[in-house]
Amino acid sequence: MARKSHVQTTINGETVEFLCEPRQSLLEVLRDELHLTGAKEGCNNGNCGACSVILDGRLVNSCLVLGVETEGKSVETIEGLAAPDKLHPIQDAFLENAALQCGICTPGFIMSAKALLDQNPNPTEHEVRYWLAGNLCRCTGYDKIVRAVLDAAAAD
Amino acid sequence: MLENKDYKVIGTRPIRHDGVDKVTGRALYGADFHAAGLLHGRVLRSPHAHAKIIAIDTSRAEALPGVKAVVTAKDLPDAGDKVADLGEGAVNLKHLCDNILASDKVLYKGHAVAAVAATNPHVAEEACTLIDVEYEVLPPVLEVRQAMEPDAPLLHEHLRTTSLGETAAEPSNVASHIQHKLGDPEKGFAAADIIIEREFVTGTVHQGYIEPHNATAHYNADGQLTIWCSTQGAFTVREQVAEILQYPVSKIKVVPMEIGGGFGGKISVYIKPVAAMLAKKTGKPVKVLMNRAGVFEGTGPTPASFIRVKMGATKEGQLTAAQGYLAFEAGAYPGSPVGPGAMCIFAPYSIENVIIDGYDVVVNKPKTAPYRAPGAPNVAFGSETVLDEIAEKLGIDPLEIRLLNGAKAGDRRADGPVHPRIGFIETVEAAKAHPHYTAPNGKKHHGRGVASGYWFNIGLESSVTINVNSDGTINLIEGSTDIGGTRASIAMQAAEVLGIPAESVNPSVVDTNSVGYTAVTGGSRTTYATGYAAYEAAQDVKQQMIARAAKLWEVDEANVQFADGEFSSINGKEEQISFRDLCARLGETGGPVVGSGTVNPGGAGGAYATHVVDVAVDEETGKVDILRYTAVQDAGRAIHPSYVEGQIQGGAVQGIGWALNEEYIYNAEGEMTNASFLDYRMPTCLDLPMIDAVIVEVPNPGHPYGVRGVGEVPIVPPMAAIANAIYDAIGVRMRELPMSPDRVLKALGKI
Repeated sequence: MARKSHVQTTINGETVEFLCEPRQSLLEVLRDELHLTGAKEGCNNGNCGACSVILDGRLVNSCLVLGVETEGKSVETIEGLAAPDKLHPIQDAFLENAALQCGICTPGFIMSAKALLDQNPNPTEHEVRYWLAGNLCRCTGYDKIVRAVLDAAAAD
Repeated sequence: MLENKDYKVIGTRPIRHDGVDKVTGRALYGADFHAAGLLHGRVLRSPHAHAKIIAIDTSRAEALPGVKAVVTAKDLPDAGDKVADLGEGAVNLKHLCDNILASDKVLYKGHAVAAVAATNPHVAEEACTLIDVEYEVLPPVLEVRQAMEPDAPLLHEHLRTTSLGETAAEPSNVASHIQHKLGDPEKGFAAADIIIEREFVTGTVHQGYIEPHNATAHYNADGQLTIWCSTQGAFTVREQVAEILQYPVSKIKVVPMEIGGGFGGKISVYIKPVAAMLAKKTGKPVKVLMNRAGVFEGTGPTPASFIRVKMGATKEGQLTAAQGYLAFEAGAYPGSPVGPGAMCIFAPYSIENVIIDGYDVVVNKPKTAPYRAPGAPNVAFGSETVLDEIAEKLGIDPLEIRLLNGAKAGDRRADGPVHPRIGFIETVEAAKAHPHYTAPNGKKHHGRGVASGYWFNIGLESSVTINVNSDGTINLIEGSTDIGGTRASIAMQAAEVLGIPAESVNPSVVDTNSVGYTAVTGGSRTTYATGYAAYEAAQDVKQQMIARAAKLWEVDEANVQFADGEFSSINGKEEQISFRDLCARLGETGGPVVGSGTVNPGGAGGAYATHVVDVAVDEETGKVDILRYTAVQDAGRAIHPSYVEGQIQGGAVQGIGWALNEEYIYNAEGEMTNASFLDYRMPTCLDLPMIDAVIVEVPNPGHPYGVRGVGEVPIVPPMAAIANAIYDAIGVRMRELPMSPDRVLKALGKI
């Protein structure tokens, strides 16, 4: 077993320090070391998007980033999205549109949608579908998810 | 029985009760469970599709620092020839145990052979590579027709065909043969002006839930076993683990965590008993997580099948006879859904003369598990394509031929039951009236297709307890794990009875020690049966509250009525109190009010769906694009219409994936070559248009609010609807699934 490395990073605006093995992914660090279990493991090889987080403003699959790579960087996860007394508009739109069934893919979709709306506040339906194609949902058929993201964009 | 009035809660669209937890990442799924001292378990899987296990040496793995235990089939109790009764039919216990950890043979690539618990998941993975297994590799049997050949290699030396009550003398890969017969098929075909007979092949597909299987188990020193896991049914996990480990149910508590999709695939247990074995050996909590390849290779796909359909009709389009031959791959152990397939194949139609033969056949693939209307999509691909061909040859509109032959109340299904009030005709009429059906669609290589489907739905046992709170709210305790919004649809039925808003119900899904027996979330039964139990529990609360009001007013209970959330006295005294105000006065009228409801209802209402799809076929690449999709379905009564639409949309899209892309691709050695989400291509949102879900409501007389199950039937029509649309587009009949680009090009004669 390799020696653990000390890493200092920013997660949801807070400075966080942790120890991790070089082989541990950011997803493992978030879930197993920091107990931030909102990011989910669906495939562990970058194909389902359930572990989506935003790293220095860029949408990534946290299963494809190593924990040690986050040294000095900034990570946004689903846990940091809502204010204490108010959901983020994307979260509200998901609830109002019934855009989730089992909910396992939901944190990934919401982070992915946030990354989209951060850079393109008024996407077309096609742009939403293109952007979210890296997130798999097996329950909804995507209809209500796409509507929720379009609604959230309109609400802003 | 059926309540017929204006509803206040039913039919509205409240925010689901578990919604905030699920959009903030706070909801805890099985893999999110953590305990102090937790060990991590991993499973070693067979690299061969068919082999004898000669020896397993675990010593090198056990010597690796950090490894705390290794288990193999030797650690399981001896199953003998015992037959386990798991509520949904008898299961050979040796088959059940061998699928958990192989004993004498491995029967598919990915078959679990051993498992390790270690201080770290990476160490557990490393340790798996240090387990030495000596195999004698055997030739695999990978296709149902091949498996049925008399000289096919045998998976099970002891398996003998049970055919119509008789057991054969010689071993075979055919586990059973069933037959349903109605009328005189020979006479029916003789009376036909047109007879079409075609053969169909469908591939092996996976349920594709995004959350892999998981389980954490812990043994207390007093022998109490607790399992935290994602499952469609905590009680069925308890039963299966009890059978496999030969351990009393009273010593097992199953805690259902949130579940990330199931579609039928999270009913059978795989790693839950393994986690329990590792926990027993180590005395520590052990969490076992499956990876995605393990999910594809080791857990229930739905069967590939070979289907022959023959249908006859008069020149006016009246069906005179139908014949079905269904050969289903069960996977490594008997138990394919050929039975349900045989129940469903001709169920949308009133046909006097029918014969259906079904075969359950073992092959060297994972043991199949239920997948959304198990068996029905396979058979509807055949029957709905043949019906389309009959309509086309007779020059009859495909929806008209369905209206002409559609099953109604009083008609008999080929397997026996007589239909109660059903809504098939209504779905066809709604499809016909939908603007989609008459919209222009004349572009080159564009086509339109329709198809229908049936699923019978089930009832089974459910229990609900309601605790009344002093502020006028209720806590609703249930045992149905919530896969798609059922906390809301169950809570809304209790709210309707008590005249309170949906938001005044706090639903909780609890463990097996904390609620009455409740069968799985499956069979489209949850909103129907657990909703029914919630209705009964709320009625119990209402009666007790009436008694409290009577006590308060010193009148007879018969002189208290309840309507619109208000209790009032009749026959004399002028008294009135709201449900909410009475809740504040329970202490002074006798103490807390707890209501309960338990059901095992027999009145599950069958569900029908009719879908319309437009496609574009690229003749250069063979790719089929879905341009427009309309899915009509009889929901009986839509309790929460948004989640009913969601079921319809999700089911239709799973059907689209099955139709166009999804299949297990095997090499000659029986290895699945596409065991990842990259290569097993499920639909993404970029592959799809919006799915127009149209709800038809023909109330089910077997439920107080008329609920039918909605989850399963939407996956039945898409394959045939798309095949019929492809024919409309390019004039080629597709009879093999998936209709992937290579098969379309082959059908066009281009490759």
